[in-house]
Amino acid sequence: MIEITDLSVQFGGVRSLDQVTLTFPGGTCGLIGPNGAGKTTLFNVMSGFVTPVSGRVVIDDIDLLDMPDYARARWGVRRTFQTVQAIESLTVYENVLTVHEHAAEGSRSERQDAVDDVLSFVGLSDVRDKVVRTLSQRDRRFIEVARAIVGAPRIVLFDEPAAGLPEEETEHLAQIIRSVPERTGATAILVDHDMSLVQACCEWTAVLDFGRLVAAGPTADVLHDERVLAAYVGDEEA
Amino acid sequence: MRVAQALSHRAFQPTLVGALFLFAMFVMPSVLDATWIFNFTQMAIYAIVAASVGMLYGRVGLVSLGQVAPYGIGAWVTIRLAYLTDVPYPGVFPLLLIAGGLVAAIFGLLIGLPALRVSGLYLALVTLLLAVGIEIALNRIKLPTGGPGFRGVAFAIGDREPMPRPFVADGDVAFFRYAVIVAFVMFMIAVAFLASKPGRAWASVSQSEPSALASGINITRYKLLAFGLAAFMAGVAGGLYGAHVQSNSSIAQFDRQAALFLIAVVLMGGISSLWGAVLAAFFATIMLPFLTQNVIGHNFWNDFALTIFGIGLMINLIQTTKAMEKKGLLE
Repeated sequence: MIEITDLSVQFGGVRSLDQVTLTFPGGTCGLIGPNGAGKTTLFNVMSGFVTPVSGRVVIDDIDLLDMPDYARARWGVRRTFQTVQAIESLTVYENVLTVHEHAAEGSRSERQDAVDDVLSFVGLSDVRDKVVRTLSQRDRRFIEVARAIVGAPRIVLFDEPAAGLPEEETEHLAQIIRSVPERTGATAILVDHDMSLVQACCEWTAVLDFGRLVAAGPTADVLHDERVLAAYVGDEEA
Repeated sequence: MRVAQALSHRAFQPTLVGALFLFAMFVMPSVLDATWIFNFTQMAIYAIVAASVGMLYGRVGLVSLGQVAPYGIGAWVTIRLAYLTDVPYPGVFPLLLIAGGLVAAIFGLLIGLPALRVSGLYLALVTLLLAVGIEIALNRIKLPTGGPGFRGVAFAIGDREPMPRPFVADGDVAFFRYAVIVAFVMFMIAVAFLASKPGRAWASVSQSEPSALASGINITRYKLLAFGLAAFMAGVAGGLYGAHVQSNSSIAQFDRQAALFLIAVVLMGGISSLWGAVLAAFFATIMLPFLTQNVIGHNFWNDFALTIFGIGLMINLIQTTKAMEKKGLLE
């Protein structure tokens, strides 16, 4: 369970998050909203890239905001990015190892096994020793996913992970995202504009608009909520 | 960091490195005259400094124009200690080099502190200012020449003594081999770091700091480690330089023009691989003297050096612009 209380973020004169109070119950959760709603800002706060003006983000009785930025990933806050950030000069194996070796204790062989296990799980074993700059955008997307779920994460933040993926790959991605809570014990939070992906992955969804919480609850109910529809229709009209 | 891990890494090409090492150790001394042995010794030393710059820029994304400063500090410390100890045993000289490297590394960490707050052009300017500071300090205290006191400067030319070398490498040819071995060891240390956890962390920091943070990388720590290691390498090279030129050491090796020339030739050699450092050292210490002495004439040196410098800066500007475009900082 992730409890967010009175979270506000200000960029100059713009309030990107405005006293957001929200509880993610666990499992696989969705976070949706029009462009500029504050979804990625919320992820950035949790990752330590953005310092909020107020609020708390509590997981297992620990306030994430009290942790140094780099320590959050070590503790278990993992994420993907809208723009793929896999390290181009390293191999696929080294990319995943880079995350795991900073987060996990254990012997070299244990780390190696954990990395190989997750590469096999996401379907990247064939390109394990290829340098990332030689790989396709599809492979790079899945490298990011592997980096986010390797080892024992506590929260995995997926920021538009399906962007640029063909339909059959999106289905493969959905299977991976759905399996995260069972496989790792982590809470997965998915931000995506593809509502079919959100519906396929998430039992529970929250909706942000202009930095405020509009609705939260079971995904099927939320997607038919009038306030949510208004937020999206309003966005299209704009 | 395991030796096998480093040797098997793609940054290290064992066949090529082995062939080059054997060529330098056994072929070159038998075919080159004293002048070229001198120049190639300087190349081995310069390659270490160039590798330290290339590693910082190419692997960590830190543009330091101040790398001549730890080079000069390492030179001063090693030269001073060499006159004190008189290098009676072969085992002592490596300790003097390490001492020079360690003092330079401490200075490197001090250079690294502003790097935590600034980057890109601003970091380049800050590090250049630090290099100017060291240049002023060295001009004031001079490099030791076997004199008395803390500074160890002998002002009368007749009082100067050549800096002692280890007795296993007293002659110029033996010292050339010695410099090649030290350069090889320094490159191996760099490869060992690049092939292990710090190298992966640097690659991550270089490409995207947010991504590095999301990987759990302590960016501050790894940037400081990079500055410390690069300064250590440059400091060791400084100590070698002192023993190479003995009583003829020149502060011009460590001044601001040398700093700018260094980054220019490193960019020309290429920063994506440590081989670029070898190429940069070849440009600076072999190609230019060759053109000066055999092709064009002595007066050409300054103009040609400035041309090289200009080309290097242009490459730098183009690369920086592309990198900024890639990161979305420029349209």
